[in-house]
Amino acid sequence: MNVIVEREKGLLELEQRIAELKAQAAHQPVDLTAEIGALEAKYGEIQREIFGTMTPWQRVNMARHPKRPIGTDYLAALDRFDELHGDRHFRDDHAIVGGFAKLRGRRVVAIAQDKGRDTKEKVFRNFGMSAPEGYRKVIRLVELAVHLRLPVVTFVDTSGADPGIGSEERAQAEAIAQSLATLAQAPVPIVATVIGEGGSGGALALGLADRVLMLEHAVYSVASPEGAAAILWGDAGRAEEAGTIARVLDTVDRALGTLVTVPTPTLLDRRYAKFRRIGAP
Amino acid sequence: MAVPEWLRLRRAQPVAPEEAAQWTKCPGCGEMLYRPDLAANVWVCTRCGHLFRMHAFDRISMLVDSDFTEIGGDLVPSDPLGWTDKVPYPQKLQRDRDKSKLTEGVVCGFTSMGGFAVALGVMDFNFRGGTMGTVVGERITMLFEQARERNLPCIIVTASGGARMEEGMLALMQMAKTTLAVRRFHDDGGYYISVLTDPTTGGVSASFAFQADVIVAEAHAAIGFAGRRVIEQTIRQKLPDNFQTAEFLLEKGAIDLVVERRELKERLVRLLDYGVGAKSVSANGRSAAPQPTETRA
Repeated sequence: MNVIVEREKGLLELEQRIAELKAQAAHQPVDLTAEIGALEAKYGEIQREIFGTMTPWQRVNMARHPKRPIGTDYLAALDRFDELHGDRHFRDDHAIVGGFAKLRGRRVVAIAQDKGRDTKEKVFRNFGMSAPEGYRKVIRLVELAVHLRLPVVTFVDTSGADPGIGSEERAQAEAIAQSLATLAQAPVPIVATVIGEGGSGGALALGLADRVLMLEHAVYSVASPEGAAAILWGDAGRAEEAGTIARVLDTVDRALGTLVTVPTPTLLDRRYAKFRRIGAP
Repeated sequence: MAVPEWLRLRRAQPVAPEEAAQWTKCPGCGEMLYRPDLAANVWVCTRCGHLFRMHAFDRISMLVDSDFTEIGGDLVPSDPLGWTDKVPYPQKLQRDRDKSKLTEGVVCGFTSMGGFAVALGVMDFNFRGGTMGTVVGERITMLFEQARERNLPCIIVTASGGARMEEGMLALMQMAKTTLAVRRFHDDGGYYISVLTDPTTGGVSASFAFQADVIVAEAHAAIGFAGRRVIEQTIRQKLPDNFQTAEFLLEKGAIDLVVERRELKERLVRLLDYGVGAKSVSANGRSAAPQPTETRA
């Protein structure tokens, strides 16, 4: 059970009531401005109460909110997306989706972690937890981007890498280590956006980038549940959600715009310096 | 084995004087072992072959020819999150400093092995489970940066439970930082050998430990990404005994070779030798490969 979804129920009822009143006001010659204003004020109050002071566990639930857009929603909102499957060695990992794309007219390689929305999808996507072949797909797609001189755009959303027997047998640690190493020296601009949960090394494997964007309230965490968080989706309709995805993509586009003009050696030096500072005395 | 001067000095004060402290019970067979004998046997039980997890200083003295110049030894972590669980983080650090006589979970420096000048980093499980926080990340990064400048090969002996929870995100980002340093070192022609010892897991195995040119594992070491308990909880069944052992990884093709502890130095020196000619000329025209020194036998 998602604790945020539970707490939101009152909010959703109020929202419905406000919408009804507004519809009524539009069709009837009655002045409902005062009532609507009062309800909206109450709505704001409850909203602040729920989202203003979240406990860490509530933040995790925000990050896992069932109505949040997931990785493939962002890919679908691109001008164009041509999925490329598989790691060329073992199989196609479904927790990571990637391929060629156009973002605001710019050719890119886009890679997203996807948790799936309904139960069937969640199982298909392994709840967004990649096996080594997922990270090896990332490696080969980034190498492809480098070969064709295309920028790389990633969308991060995972509670962590898959902790299974098969994943260990196929060297999960090596796959993540090499994904990091590939991103470290890829001579093309890289923009990573944490759209949900940035959980541990399994998330960082797509997050070593020139620009790391995070959605409002978002938290990256060293281990899966504690400390994650993100954006408010519960009361957002589908239209508003699409607007938000568009704003995220606009931001990614602006970041790429500034990065593509930077000479490659400078780009790599800045990428090095960006992470070199963290934890330095 | 001659104990190097730097180690003798560091060891002079801490070692307990009582005779009782000279005896250790083997967790493998229960035999009471005389510590000097154990040390002479590279911390392998003389009766059952149980491998004790080695203190970083003991590991260094086992591997180096004589001198070892430590770098970054004065770096100590802050408490960025103000972390407290059962005990406040600064107290845990102090306790581990007292217990291990280490300032952090890795000792890095420059030395020579079999006559080859080399940058050497040794992690120690006794200090916060060898976890990587900001200081471990910083020391490893410094070592690769300085090894690159000095055109020396680099050896890291790993032993770690992964990223250090008490330093949160800053600890996680050390995976990115060390990776960038390894890649730079590598792309400039540097030769890097990692030695995975018991245990090597999580954020350390998923960053610099598995980014080496040659990956050596000490026999019987537990190596993996997810911890054994995490996997057992996930799949709800008991794992086979050999799961995530060095031998298991060798069979699966994840590592280059498995070496017995007592043969480790000899094998590493042999591996260093192959770096002399390989990719020895870097972009700036200097040799990036190990150079035998005059003291070489």
